Amino acid sequence: MSTLLEVSGVSVSFDGFKAINNLSFQIADAELRAVIGPNGAGKTTFMDIVTGKTRPDEGRVIWGERSVSLLRMNEAQIAREGIGRKFQKPTVFENQTVRENFLMALKKDRGVLSVLLFRPSKADHEQVDALAEQVGMLAELDRLAGELSHGQKQWLEIGMLLAQEPRLLLVDEPAAGMTPEEREHTSELLVQAAKTRAVVVVEHDMEFVRRLGCKVTVLHEGAVLAEGSLDHVTSNSDVIDVYLGR
Amino acid sequence: MRTSFIAKKPSVLVFLLALAAFTIAVTILSEGFGIGVISTSFIKTLGKTLCLCLIAVAMDLVWGFTGILSLGHFAFFGLGGYMIGMWLMYERTRLIVSEALMQGQIPPTDAEVIEGIGNQIFGVVGSSEFPIVWAFADSLGLQLLLVVLVPGILALIFGWLAFRSRVTGVYLSILTQAMTLALALYLFQNDSGLRGNNGLSGLQNLPGVETPQSIVSMWFFLASALALALGYTLAAWIVSGKFGSVIRGIRDNETRVRFLGYSVEGFKLAVFTFTACIAAIAGALYYPQAGIINPAEVVPIASIYLAVWVAIGGRGRLYGAVIGAGFVSLISTWFTGGQAPDINLGFYTIKWVDWWLVLLGLSFVAVTLFAPKGIGGLFDRLKKEGGA
Amino acid sequence: MIRILIACLALMCWGQAGLALDLTLQEILQQNKKLVEKPSRKTIGPVIEEIAASNLSQVQGFLEAWGNKQVWQRRSDGLFFFGTAVAKRQYELTDPDSGESVGEFTKKDLKQLKPNSGVRALIATALVQFQLSDLDPVKRAEALQAMERAPTAKHLAPLRLSIENELDADLKARKSRLERLLTISFDPDTATRVAAIQSFEGDLGVDVRATLNPLVVTSVNITSGDLPTDENIARVIKPGSEDLSVPAAYDLLVASKLAPPATSAEDIRAALVAHIDGGQVAKISVAQLSDPEIRRQAYDRLAEQSLVPAFIDEEDIAKKLLGYTVYETFAETSVAVTDAAQAALSKIDLNVGMNQTLDLTLDAISLASIYFLAAIGLAITFGVMGVINMAHGEFIMMGAYTGYVVQQVIPNHTVSILVALPLAFAVTFAAGVVMERLVIRYLYNRPLETLLATFGISIALQQLAKNIFGTQARPLTAPGWLDGAWVMNDVVSISFIRIAIFILALIFLGMFLFIMKRTRLGLETRTVTQNPRMAASMGINPDRVNMLTFGLGSGIAGVAGVAIGLFAKVTSEMGNDYIVQSFMTVVVGGVGNIWGALAGATMIGFLQKGIEWGYPSNTLAAQTYMIIFIIIFIQFKPRGIIALKGRAAGD
Repeated sequence: MSTLLEVSGVSVSFDGFKAINNLSFQIADAELRAVIGPNGAGKTTFMDIVTGKTRPDEGRVIWGERSVSLLRMNEAQIAREGIGRKFQKPTVFENQTVRENFLMALKKDRGVLSVLLFRPSKADHEQVDALAEQVGMLAELDRLAGELSHGQKQWLEIGMLLAQEPRLLLVDEPAAGMTPEEREHTSELLVQAAKTRAVVVVEHDMEFVRRLGCKVTVLHEGAVLAEGSLDHVTSNSDVIDVYLGR
Repeated sequence: MRTSFIAKKPSVLVFLLALAAFTIAVTILSEGFGIGVISTSFIKTLGKTLCLCLIAVAMDLVWGFTGILSLGHFAFFGLGGYMIGMWLMYERTRLIVSEALMQGQIPPTDAEVIEGIGNQIFGVVGSSEFPIVWAFADSLGLQLLLVVLVPGILALIFGWLAFRSRVTGVYLSILTQAMTLALALYLFQNDSGLRGNNGLSGLQNLPGVETPQSIVSMWFFLASALALALGYTLAAWIVSGKFGSVIRGIRDNETRVRFLGYSVEGFKLAVFTFTACIAAIAGALYYPQAGIINPAEVVPIASIYLAVWVAIGGRGRLYGAVIGAGFVSLISTWFTGGQAPDINLGFYTIKWVDWWLVLLGLSFVAVTLFAPKGIGGLFDRLKKEGGA
Repeated sequence: MIRILIACLALMCWGQAGLALDLTLQEILQQNKKLVEKPSRKTIGPVIEEIAASNLSQVQGFLEAWGNKQVWQRRSDGLFFFGTAVAKRQYELTDPDSGESVGEFTKKDLKQLKPNSGVRALIATALVQFQLSDLDPVKRAEALQAMERAPTAKHLAPLRLSIENELDADLKARKSRLERLLTISFDPDTATRVAAIQSFEGDLGVDVRATLNPLVVTSVNITSGDLPTDENIARVIKPGSEDLSVPAAYDLLVASKLAPPATSAEDIRAALVAHIDGGQVAKISVAQLSDPEIRRQAYDRLAEQSLVPAFIDEEDIAKKLLGYTVYETFAETSVAVTDAAQAALSKIDLNVGMNQTLDLTLDAISLASIYFLAAIGLAITFGVMGVINMAHGEFIMMGAYTGYVVQQVIPNHTVSILVALPLAFAVTFAAGVVMERLVIRYLYNRPLETLLATFGISIALQQLAKNIFGTQARPLTAPGWLDGAWVMNDVVSISFIRIAIFILALIFLGMFLFIMKRTRLGLETRTVTQNPRMAASMGINPDRVNMLTFGLGSGIAGVAGVAIGLFAKVTSEMGNDYIVQSFMTVVVGGVGNIWGALAGATMIGFLQKGIEWGYPSNTLAAQTYMIIFIIIFIQFKPRGIIALKGRAAGD
């Protein structure tokens, strides 16, 4: 397994508060990884840095076989490199149909002119149908995304991420606000997705993490506290201290 | 699956048919081409209104669809007017000056003609030198190109600066307003090279064309109708596809679009510049019908009125913009033209010339509060009720 | 050196006075009877001089009486007397020499001397030397002022005499300053003048520059030979250089009749028109003459026939100019004096420049405080609450009109301003609260809609004001004690109104900080802005807080309106002038921070003054460039000068 993303020695501070402190992190191709940690541990900021939303004060973020630095790219360029991100709050385009949402996400030339001249082909529509089926939304294709339930929006967003065909998926609390059945479906989707690409899931819910059955990284005060299987890290005394307080 | 976009969007066809019917009706009723029920001055008003509808379509693209509340599109409109006005004024003055100089005992040299034109045009600002911005004023072709190029390049530079630094929302609106103010103040100067607050005048006369105004006004009316039809169709085509999806996505959630891998700045810049060019073309058709252009036309308030029209008509739907611009600008003309009857309350007489703006301002507040989708939103409601 | 000179002069004066000692005033007058009876500005000079030179003690009184039309002539013997009215058409006459009354006369026996204004001016000039030593310091000051206004060579000697005995320190300083200025202009001795010039080095007075500048005035001359040695030559100018274009140099030759005038296109045309012969000029058809080349050919043919002067082209001009030297000559003949004057002027210029910078800085600070005043209300509503209020400018206007209405009711300007300030606050506070309740609260978190709705309100308010107050500008007069300016020297001054506005801005800053940091309202406002739900759950009523905060911002705009109305015209459209600048101030400074508004106002104020200084004649251009600069500035500091950092700043 080759390393897909390597974050090393990254620090960032807001008004003197160190959100990320000398963080190092690696993930390989086709790996599923859960990131847990208490509030303010720097989970979201970590994602912000990888996706280009926040510029770190120091450190390196290296991507792919050609080892390009992501720090010199903007969000859109990073996304085109193959990093997809799902936000904590489901963000789909509510004034557009599910189909339009999918079509927008399909991996195609993102240039202004080619988007202007783009008209979906039969193959494109078939791909959309396949994706919709995968996330269980085939029946909803021509509804407005705003009319969907919370869980459906989450799936739509995951579906859109898959449509982007990214090599790395960053998923922020996908199970928040879901019913137990929906959670199960979501975890299956993620496990499935991780077979062909790297997936990083940030989650609070231990049960959900356990269901993913993958390597876990614990963040605390902007740095990695522990790494390993869920059972391994939950038996780590530092982790117990952080979670339960001293 | 692949269907033509007109078939997908029947509203475009409806609009085009309505516009055609309107144009034909006006032509039949006109003085120039028809039975003379509609006066030439009202033909000009209608032609101007069509131009305003066209810039409203542009405004709707940039604001209603992309979410950029630009308070600068009337500046592009005015610039377009200035560019065509320069040629109209130069060429007409050249004909007059040449003719006058030909009456002299020996025929004039080119230098003498140019000096004469300079004196005629720039005498009011105490100069006779041709400023550099008039370098192409003698060529209709180049000046027509400048109608699109000057506002386009200005929009490109401004948009590039504003979008790359991620100025959004009200900040962007204020910035566009500042740009408009800067342009207006610049044009107000006597040494701007565009005759300061005198502006350019006599634009209703086509140089070398002896046809009466009743006919010329119809030419412009028809041209404006054609431009509106083309502009509307083009805009509808643009928003119907994936491009439309992306810009509406930018309007609703810019960050999400960015994380989908689209260069938000590029799309915004494209829409901003394209609509600036449409606005400029609308202006280039408008001012020959108005006859005069001066910097007061460009001040920020004009652009804000444009936003008002689109909001009242209903943004995010192209026909809404057209209805808003047509309805509000015609009704404004009616009220401020002194044609509306005053209302005598016994103790006070309401003069509409004085009170129209108060009414407009307040109705604008009312629209924002109670009908955020504007007049166009009423159609939706009717449609829903009809369907249910 | 100077002292010796003054002593000599004093002796001379005394000597002159001695010559006339033997005549009384009446005798002098009688000798010049004709001229005194019908004086004219051209002829009376010598008489006045003679009277003044008599050095009689009664001269001053007589000249004053003469100037005030109090001298009468008795018709019976032609003698002159002072006349005082004792009853209707009845005058008591007094002898000008002895001061004794000679009895009362009716008007028909007398003739009043009525010198015209020209003559009175001459009398006043002559009086100066007496008044300089008058016992009354007011009169001495007046005399000095008269001399400062119109200095002449004749003043120098009496002025020098009067300095020594001057008791008033102020007047003495003024006299000595004037004496040095007069010395520069009129003293015959070069060394004395140079010394006087050097004594003024770096002085900022306008009077000094007015005295020195004429010394370095030059005239342009042209010569074919060597430079003359008897003239004070400033410099030699090369034609075609920056200071003198070739045509201008040639014009000098033409003016001195050293060369024929250059042939202009106009000349050619006139010549051709004059020689049209049967549709042809010199055998060239008129129709061809629209080509300048052919015109030239025709002209040359005319010249060959000696019908017109030969064409003179640039080559001829250049050749001709080679034989001449152009130079500038000082009107002042003494090299030492012009050198000293130039040296002194350059030092003065440097000093003036420094002081102008100071003056500009003061101007900029005052402009900045105006912007700050206009923007501070916005810093609350926009900066703190995030509500964009396009009607902010109209609140400023409302405040200004409140001030105007109050002045109509209360005529005393001081009282009316003191009433207007709180009243304007109350009026606009109420307007702000009403607007918040009726419109804005439904639009929180929809900034673009807020922008448009408040813009609608702005249109309506503007038109409403126009309907009520009309389109013409209404004055808002500042109280008398705010008139005038604090003058530091002839270059640096700042009007009291601007100082008052600066102080007002400081008070507002203090008030804002106090309200936000020290009061319950401020605490609640900050709480509600940061997290309205949390605030509500802690028992704070966000509705009430939003209403009051918005009212506060609007109220401050009203007070600013009164202040702005004091120096700008109050019109229904005055809000437009401030709204964009105010937003710029807040945005440039950094939203959500009062120090940001202060920094923004300071930057914009200094910038505008700086650009205005660069383009002195064109304030429109200054504003244009300023806005362009701001647009570019925002590229580099999108969040303003004082930016909130980190996640709190939000997106």
